[in-house]
Amino acid sequence: MSVSQIDVTGPSARVADRAGRGRRTRRGREARWPAYVFLTPWMVGAVAVTLVPMAVSLYLSFTSYDMFSAPHWVGLRNYTEMLTDDPRFWRSVLTTLKYVVIAVPLKLALALGAALLLKRLSSRGRGFYRSAFYAPSLLGASMSIALVFRALFNDGGTVDRVLGTFGIHIGSWVGNPHLATYVVVLLTVWQFGAPMVIFLAGLQQISPELYEAAALDGAGPWRQFVSVTVPMLSPVVFFNLVLEMIQSFQVFTPAFVVSGGNGGPADSTLFYTLYLYERGFTASHMGYASAMAWLMLLAIAAVTAVMFKVSRSWVFYADEAE
Amino acid sequence: MNLTLRRRLPHAVALLALIALLYPLLWLLVTSVKPADEVVTSVDLWPRHFEWSNYGTALDGVSGVSVPRLLGNSLLISLGAVVGNVASCSLAAYAFARLRFRMRGPMFAFTVATLMLPQHVVLIPQYIIFNKLGMTNTYWPLVLPKFLAVEAFFVFLIVQFMRNLPRDLEEAARIDGCGPFRSFFHIILPLSRPALITTAIFSFIWSWNDFFAQMIYLFSPDKATITLALRNFVDQSSTSAYGPMFAMSVISVLPIVLFFLVFQRYLVQGMATSGLKS
Repeated sequence: MSVSQIDVTGPSARVADRAGRGRRTRRGREARWPAYVFLTPWMVGAVAVTLVPMAVSLYLSFTSYDMFSAPHWVGLRNYTEMLTDDPRFWRSVLTTLKYVVIAVPLKLALALGAALLLKRLSSRGRGFYRSAFYAPSLLGASMSIALVFRALFNDGGTVDRVLGTFGIHIGSWVGNPHLATYVVVLLTVWQFGAPMVIFLAGLQQISPELYEAAALDGAGPWRQFVSVTVPMLSPVVFFNLVLEMIQSFQVFTPAFVVSGGNGGPADSTLFYTLYLYERGFTASHMGYASAMAWLMLLAIAAVTAVMFKVSRSWVFYADEAE
Repeated sequence: MNLTLRRRLPHAVALLALIALLYPLLWLLVTSVKPADEVVTSVDLWPRHFEWSNYGTALDGVSGVSVPRLLGNSLLISLGAVVGNVASCSLAAYAFARLRFRMRGPMFAFTVATLMLPQHVVLIPQYIIFNKLGMTNTYWPLVLPKFLAVEAFFVFLIVQFMRNLPRDLEEAARIDGCGPFRSFFHIILPLSRPALITTAIFSFIWSWNDFFAQMIYLFSPDKATITLALRNFVDQSSTSAYGPMFAMSVISVLPIVLFFLVFQRYLVQGMATSGLKS
């Protein structure tokens, strides 16, 4: 996976670095050890909090382990059981995929629409709405807001009553296996402010000259949007897409609250992380849960890799296009 | 006419969107002061009768642990996270942004890659380790890792910021015999204040909102945070306790709202820069 694409070192920074290096070699080598002093906490963290636990969980994924007796090696059994003999596992995969595929595009579309809208406001109005639209992104992950959404979509909740006045009687969304996931989707979409802020910053970086040139060539607003805004914004769209996708796979708190903590009703909100938690911490099948975690990592890596691959055909990097 | 409409339309749409967006928050506030019978029978946004005692009931807390105590527990964890992240991430970021050393590229690439790492892959071994160390049901598992610069997002954010600081000041300081340590503390750190404030606020809010890790590590009621208590409160009460439950919810989101109102400029700015140039 090409991490270099996310590397923040732009071409200009790289040139500056090279110039700096030239100057320094002329003046003699600078001591390198201070860097490692600054990096000590980071290195301890990388090893003890990330790398070693990763290795341990990979090992545990090939064992049966209940936290009380020593783990014992079972080879690929966790994986084969998961893939061939666990309908709840597949249920959780499908629920999560459905959620990601619906929530992420919806959230990003709304974010882009809002950014385009705010760009047309005066700078004072823009500042105000930018902050106001962003606020839900900070609150959305909290237990409180998850409880509010559950209550709003419950039997006799606001949504039920409002729909009722239009003659639509659905009752509780939270208790309905066909609709419960959408409460989590809506809670996610409600937080479109975070990607919107990134879109808006991206829009503001597009040089007005490009629009002027397009207008001179006789391009109307729609043509300008398609030929200037879309290609210039495509790296930001891609960044948001990858980021939101990775985050959505890991959604937990709203799923936990809406489902009442157990994936209900009828396992319809049994999100992947929820099932992982249940197998690992409620049922003490730590080996199985580790295998689930590694499968999730592989899935996210694979999806990200495919997205990077496909991105070459639609993402436009201005500084590479000369 | 056409012109004023075209100018006003975006404002009108934005205003409508804002009202829809804020509705759940408004609902939360109103429900927190509604008496039990009104919660079930009416969706009016204005209660006919204000039931302030909901807050009294909420303040009594859960399982004999009062709300001030629960807030204190949450505050302790969040402040620990703030101090840890700001200290450790700024140290690492300085090395990545301004110093030259072997393996810099791969090490930074590793940090960026961990942005994509799902927490669950390291969660179980971390739990086992902290359990072996006898640290479950303490705040150490929630705070200690923050002192080891493991939150890649913040390292990334501060690196971005430090890279854009002018090099002249350090060059001048170096000629005056100022080493990397004094450069860091006296020049770079003070100049990086905006990035550090952004890091501090996000650390606080994320830690405050966290539920998964707290649920796994903390199990005795007196160690519980406000988030955990809220969840237990839900389990213990029926819909008739909606009022007190949402009064407690209001109390639990209040610090985030206050932080947002005071620091919104840093938050929005930090979010915007983190996404650009990437």
